[in-house]
Amino acid sequence: MADGHKLEIFRGLVKFKSNTQKIWGVLAFLTLITAVEVVLGIIKPASLTDTYVLGMKLINWIFIILTLVKAYYIAWDFMHLRDEKSSLRRAIVWTPIFLVIYLTFILLVEADYIYNVYKDGFVSWNF
Amino acid sequence: MNSTVTTGTETSVWGGGNQPLGASYGKMMMWFFLVSDALTFSGFLAAYGFSRFKFIETWPIADEVFTHVPFFHGNYPMIYVALMTFVLIMSSVTMVLAVDAGHKMKQNAVIWYMFATVIGGIIFVGSQAWEWGTFIKGDHGALETKGGRILQFVKADTGERASLADFAASIPDDRIIHERKNGIWFFQEPSLTSVSLAEVVEGFKADSNILIRTEQINEEGEKTLLDRKASLAKLAEATQVVEGANLIHNEYGSRLFADFFFFITGFHGFHVFSGVVINIIIFFNVVIGTYERRGHYEMVEKVGLYWHFVDLVWVFVFTFFYLV
Repeated sequence: MADGHKLEIFRGLVKFKSNTQKIWGVLAFLTLITAVEVVLGIIKPASLTDTYVLGMKLINWIFIILTLVKAYYIAWDFMHLRDEKSSLRRAIVWTPIFLVIYLTFILLVEADYIYNVYKDGFVSWNF
Repeated sequence: MNSTVTTGTETSVWGGGNQPLGASYGKMMMWFFLVSDALTFSGFLAAYGFSRFKFIETWPIADEVFTHVPFFHGNYPMIYVALMTFVLIMSSVTMVLAVDAGHKMKQNAVIWYMFATVIGGIIFVGSQAWEWGTFIKGDHGALETKGGRILQFVKADTGERASLADFAASIPDDRIIHERKNGIWFFQEPSLTSVSLAEVVEGFKADSNILIRTEQINEEGEKTLLDRKASLAKLAEATQVVEGANLIHNEYGSRLFADFFFFITGFHGFHVFSGVVINIIIFFNVVIGTYERRGHYEMVEKVGLYWHFVDLVWVFVFTFFYLV
């Protein structure tokens, strides 16, 4: 493990000379993503907030995807999952992903239903 | 099947030296813990999503809630949280560098990188405490109606938020906080607000430049502004003044927002705090040369995993609380 670092990221597009160099490279990339998120969050371009994809604003999709990208690089390079055996990696990654998708699907659908009950049902809440 | 193959020299599988999935016992247990902890945080964030989708049209807009930066006056949405995020990612980097230096058995480098990591963690926890303090103290103040809705105030000419103190009338009043010591029975009440409801109502009627903003989010994704006539009608529904946020009242809007804010960032802050404590313990172990004598720095790697996990969770909290 100590010497067996895999040094390329972006599917081999960028290859670093040493592990230390890779760490700084990943930091630069994560900082860039955070900066993009913050700038988008402050400006909130109308073209992104007015477009809806699958019931959610495009800008929110961008935020969530960028977050997942960040999470990937933190887990793969900082927590060096890239250097672990693929069986360990899969056990760690797919278990939560499956459960989280399942849970959010159920909860958000249910929440949307309750929202409609408040909206269209005979429930008075604004007084 | 590469995960279960034993090395040729090993005579017995039970003889030790066997590592399922190529990870040592301690490291694998750390990963198991992190997976279960990740599921706990996912549960919290999913519950946050549930409440938010339930009240999707009245949920507070984070940009309008977290607008302060320490030592600076003015309106800077998100800047400080972005800075906190960067501090945490940066301390993650020094942690990886410590692990990397540990692989190379460079004791001094590990010491300095661990030290930097601890400092980063302390800065982050301090920032979070400050963020809590600002949130609890509140910004402009608001009124709460009988149904628990929040009414905020806006200056009609500039469109800026108006603080209660900006327009509230001054009505002399002898009302003082009722404390336990002057009660016949054990009664006490929370501290009184800086202005009373009557003062806000009088001040509002006298100042035609003030309008009411409701929690309702309109088509443009902004809070609905009532005109003067509707504002006056709405004002009659108000029952109390709310300043700041706690678990029961929240001047920024839905009280669930405050509840989840305290709960999720508090739970995360507790993780960061324990991470800092563990890092300090490991730091001193490195200083006194424990791992040098042991021959490897795997402990640094294991606390490193925990520390990165804290960073990983923050990335999600940042997105779902502040951005989306």
